[in-house]
Amino acid sequence: MGSQNNTVPFAGTKEQESALLKVIADHKDDKGALMPILQKAQGIYGYLPIEVQTIISNEMNVPLEKVYGIVTFYSQFSLNPKGKFNVSVCLGTACYVKGSGDIFTKLQEMLGVEDGGCTNDGHFSLESCRCIGACGLAPVLTINEDVYGKLSVDDLEGILAKYK
Amino acid sequence: METVNIKINGMPIQAPKGATILEAAKLACIDIPTLCFLKDINEIGACRICVVEVKGARSLVASCMYPISEGMEITTNSPKVLSSRKKTLELILSDHDRKCLSCVRSGNCELQKLCNDLNVKDEYLYDGDRTRYELDDSSAHMVRDNNKCILCRRCSAVCDKIQGIGVIGANERGFDTNISCAFDMGLGETSCVSCGQCIAVCPTGALLEKDSTDDVFAALADSDKYVVVQTAPSVRAALGEAFGLPIGTNVEGKMVAALRRLGFAKVFDTDFAADLTIMEEANELIERIQNGGKLPLITSCSPGWVKFCEHYYPDMLDNVSSCKSPQQMFGAILKTYYAEKNNIDPKKIVSVSVMPCTAKKFEIGREDQSAAGVPDVDISITTRELARMIERVGINFLSLPDEHFDDPLGRSTGASVIFGATGGVMEAALRTAVETITGSELASPDFKEVRGTKGIKEATYEAAGLTVNVAVASGLANARKLLDDVKAGRANYHFIEIMGCPGGCVNGGGQPQQPGTVRNFTDIRTLRAKALYDQDAKMEVRKSHENEAIKTLYADYLGKPGSHKAHDVLHTTYVKRSVNMI
Repeated sequence: MGSQNNTVPFAGTKEQESALLKVIADHKDDKGALMPILQKAQGIYGYLPIEVQTIISNEMNVPLEKVYGIVTFYSQFSLNPKGKFNVSVCLGTACYVKGSGDIFTKLQEMLGVEDGGCTNDGHFSLESCRCIGACGLAPVLTINEDVYGKLSVDDLEGILAKYK
Repeated sequence: METVNIKINGMPIQAPKGATILEAAKLACIDIPTLCFLKDINEIGACRICVVEVKGARSLVASCMYPISEGMEITTNSPKVLSSRKKTLELILSDHDRKCLSCVRSGNCELQKLCNDLNVKDEYLYDGDRTRYELDDSSAHMVRDNNKCILCRRCSAVCDKIQGIGVIGANERGFDTNISCAFDMGLGETSCVSCGQCIAVCPTGALLEKDSTDDVFAALADSDKYVVVQTAPSVRAALGEAFGLPIGTNVEGKMVAALRRLGFAKVFDTDFAADLTIMEEANELIERIQNGGKLPLITSCSPGWVKFCEHYYPDMLDNVSSCKSPQQMFGAILKTYYAEKNNIDPKKIVSVSVMPCTAKKFEIGREDQSAAGVPDVDISITTRELARMIERVGINFLSLPDEHFDDPLGRSTGASVIFGATGGVMEAALRTAVETITGSELASPDFKEVRGTKGIKEATYEAAGLTVNVAVASGLANARKLLDDVKAGRANYHFIEIMGCPGGCVNGGGQPQQPGTVRNFTDIRTLRAKALYDQDAKMEVRKSHENEAIKTLYADYLGKPGSHKAHDVLHTTYVKRSVNMI
């Protein structure tokens, strides 16, 4: 799935790298070490780009493809960073019936990214989610901690403008 | 041997304890169909084609993995079993590119055969959404067409487990699951070594070599070109399989006849260059031992192994012999010595090789492989491609007379024909090296300790007070084990032979594909290797240094092994590569 491969430049720090190397050293001899290492690596970097997976592959002496296979299998892992502002659209039943599908499609168009993607400048990321427990406000989206309800497609431009 | 009593389809049989249902059924003359299962390579019980009924079991069981036990009652042919297998096939077809007419595997596709055998009537029964993939043709040697992939994982298993490389594997999940490289890289951007073992095990047309048959036909039709062909030792041991002959039939004579009828100006033998390789490599070994050079010396005939070394053991490249492979030595001699002697412009020569190997397609494009200023070899085709060429022009292979290679580059010895089997290069080198060191004739030219398909073999020989420790590895996971031992100081060898493919070239990635149902019960490598050892035993001249054509070549042109001229023409260099690209 090429669309999942992000184009945001990698900006890992020396501190993050040494934290990752320590995690690897701690788990190196464990059976099934890749899962906990990947989970912690995502905790350190927020996502698992090729640079991070390559460090894990080299240090663990495991083919990069094996690492990538695991990362793309589990939905908990992300190849893309979260943007400065993470737009999350509820596609749960109530929101969907109220038209959140159209809202999500429109946002994909406006931001030029697919589900799970991040704009090239790292400003916005977009993801779909299931019910966030605000069905009375359907359709709902969140941007970081802010919640927007009872939306229509026409509201989107104004909402995004607040975060430019 | 401890046995258990079971019933298969009501027939009582005794089978060895620990056998699987699949193995036990074989003893009862029943071939249970399989698809994903490859013995010792891919034992994951995933595809559900081999399901059978076991009395008392909750559901159908995968016979490839399920062990038999005392009193077990098995049914392999009930309507429930047959309809389950058929449904599995229909579902596989629903996400399969059903372009069978133009598929290179049509006729020897395992999926196609199963669909025929199990009475699949409608390949569009579950027509619906289909995953669509672009072809990956980024590597020099092969094309990956995921539209025909059935996700059996034989390819990724052989790449990871047998070759220790693991550049392809399953990515994503559910309907999106696909076999590919990390981060959707092309195979050509990875540390793939081009061995082609994935192609050899693929049941469908998802993996295939880059086909160069049209290029060869075009060259043959060009009256301005002088098109010469060489054939590697192990091609003759497997080509017949493509025409229905039993595995292990040596078809050298018919192969030569077919090549002549295809229109090659000269039909020569890579075996000649294998003898030449021995002259140069044995000399290199003796020099390194006597002058304190870098040891162990490691053979360089296998381009898959060479690329593996460049990626994974770049610090050991000084150990690898600087000798070009026999394919390249042949091309080099053809375009220098032979061209000069016969007054042919090397630029007009099209040098074609028929190889059991896909990595040879990569090798012909390497740097420092152009002795006459033009590539030593222009086109390298696999055994499979040669079979396709023969079929395309309607040559009736089985009716052909046996013919002989042309002189002088078709002259060879028993030493060179065994190059095609693991241990063969070692044995050939020992025959020459020992006689050179001792100056006297060997009582017997056989070095049987290095024969056989074991992944790693070791032996020690004494010659004129010198002790020579040798090792032989085939399959790159075995090579890795051996090299790690050498690097860690756990092993001390003077000379190592490494072949990229398990069993050596007879089991190369370019050889005719045998279906899993055959591979699981037949030792293909041993049968093909036997064809070569039998030929060696029958030959009058069995040592490379006694090849008259080789003697003439040195007398007329090269001087002596390791000479300046020999280095210019017959030796090459390597490059350091990395495993991961960033």
